[in-house]
Amino acid sequence: MSVAIHLEGVVLRYRVPRERIFSMKEYAIRRLQRRVVYDDFVALRDIDLEVGTGERVGVIGRNGAGKSTLFRLIARVLPPSEGRVVVMGRTAPILELGLGFHGELTARENVMIQGTLLGFSRAETRRRLERIVEWAELEDFIDAPIRTYSTGMAARLAFAVATDVDPDILLVDETLSVGDEKFQRKCKERMKALQGHGKTVMLVSHSTEQIRDTCERALWLHHGRIVRDGSAAEVTAAYHQWSMGETDTV
Amino acid sequence: MSSRRDPTVSAAPAVYDSARRGPPWLEEAVHLWAYRGLVHELVIRDIKVRYKRSILGIVWTMLAPLLNMVALTLVFSTILKTAIQNYPVYFMAGSIFWTFFSQTTSSAASQTQASNELAKRMFLPRSVFVASAVGGGLVNLALSLIPLVLIVLLSGFALHATWAFLPISILITTLFTTGVALLLFTLASRFADIREMYLVIVQTWFFLTPIVYHPSIVPFRYRLALWLNPMYYLVQVFRKPIYEGVIPSAPLVLGSLAMSAAVLVTGWLFFCRRKDQMAYWS
Repeated sequence: MSVAIHLEGVVLRYRVPRERIFSMKEYAIRRLQRRVVYDDFVALRDIDLEVGTGERVGVIGRNGAGKSTLFRLIARVLPPSEGRVVVMGRTAPILELGLGFHGELTARENVMIQGTLLGFSRAETRRRLERIVEWAELEDFIDAPIRTYSTGMAARLAFAVATDVDPDILLVDETLSVGDEKFQRKCKERMKALQGHGKTVMLVSHSTEQIRDTCERALWLHHGRIVRDGSAAEVTAAYHQWSMGETDTV
Repeated sequence: MSSRRDPTVSAAPAVYDSARRGPPWLEEAVHLWAYRGLVHELVIRDIKVRYKRSILGIVWTMLAPLLNMVALTLVFSTILKTAIQNYPVYFMAGSIFWTFFSQTTSSAASQTQASNELAKRMFLPRSVFVASAVGGGLVNLALSLIPLVLIVLLSGFALHATWAFLPISILITTLFTTGVALLLFTLASRFADIREMYLVIVQTWFFLTPIVYHPSIVPFRYRLALWLNPMYYLVQVFRKPIYEGVIPSAPLVLGSLAMSAAVLVTGWLFFCRRKDQMAYWS
């Protein structure tokens, strides 16, 4: 099995000034007085991880355990402070829907921006436009500004754009539930389809049930470390037990 | 969807190894080129958003320099009795040049928030935001040349053949402006007060540059301030072909080009050295 994601001795350290300095003036003064003090906040430490192509891995852990930071490392938003991150294949962020939408612009115009934001060429985005709008069932509103859309319509469009991609590695943060029940089913089917065909999937969720459903392997992150790595059933069971307070040790 | 797989469709890099990234200045250049489609879309968006829900729309871009010119001409020719011949043409040429520079640089500085929003969550070369500010500035510059031509013709002033030199003047100014925009964008990403500080600086800088007045009225003891001002040379490279009907001298052109290129390289290196840290600043 070929390797899709390889992390080796990865540490991610946020360097936070003890007092947040927003202004240049303040910074200059403090710098002169040698009063800029930094604290290191370690979000991830000693992470060694290997994910094979086509593997589906769930990530669980409490808020602030480092789940999103791990995704940002893999999506190459953040460079590691130490260690090495190797990602073979394209990642697509299905992280936050509707990011970068502009209310004054029409669906057509917004889709053009979203497509190029994901790294597609303009010609390619134009080619996919019709398919996206059709899938979102918004053909009649394609030239209306997004601000006139209902929340559900906007969410449908956002979901359609974000998932009309063909990445090698899918990073899914939390569950995606948009629109009415009928549309939710459609979304779920699409996520399933995306996850098929030997794609590597990493899924962050608070729902252990969802992780058992979609993934065969799970990671448990706690205070920036991987404390458990094993079969989804095993790890989610241990996590569930721990969060119920039945075991004290992680 | 897998059946439609085409490895060339996404510009997002296919293999990423944090240990083998190459020099930042080259890496960013490669990514910026790959995301040129986004730059194009951002330029279009900014123009569309600015004029949505306005009656006159894009005409505003052309109207603003005209109104400005009328006001300044009234002040200078009737009240201050300037000796400059054809003052409307003189002022408008300089003003268009300055507006391009100041609008582009301050727009780059105000893109940091939008850029953080997006680049925090997905892979994105942040230089696309600087590039789109420059692109938007160039579109506005091209549009504001229309009222200038109008004024030149209406006032009976000659439309010199030396206008053909303008693309070179614009290129030189663009290099300089992009360099400054990169420096500002980097600083504004780190410090929230940079933008406001810059607005004050750019206002002062405007009056230190001979745009509303002629450089010959500057007393000799203040000439040094003029000579040290890069915009003094750039405005001449831009204005001479329009107003004087001459091609700027070779030393002036080559000197301005070298200076602008140096500013661009400095800005690019400054930006690229800090681009990884920007994710932590936001």
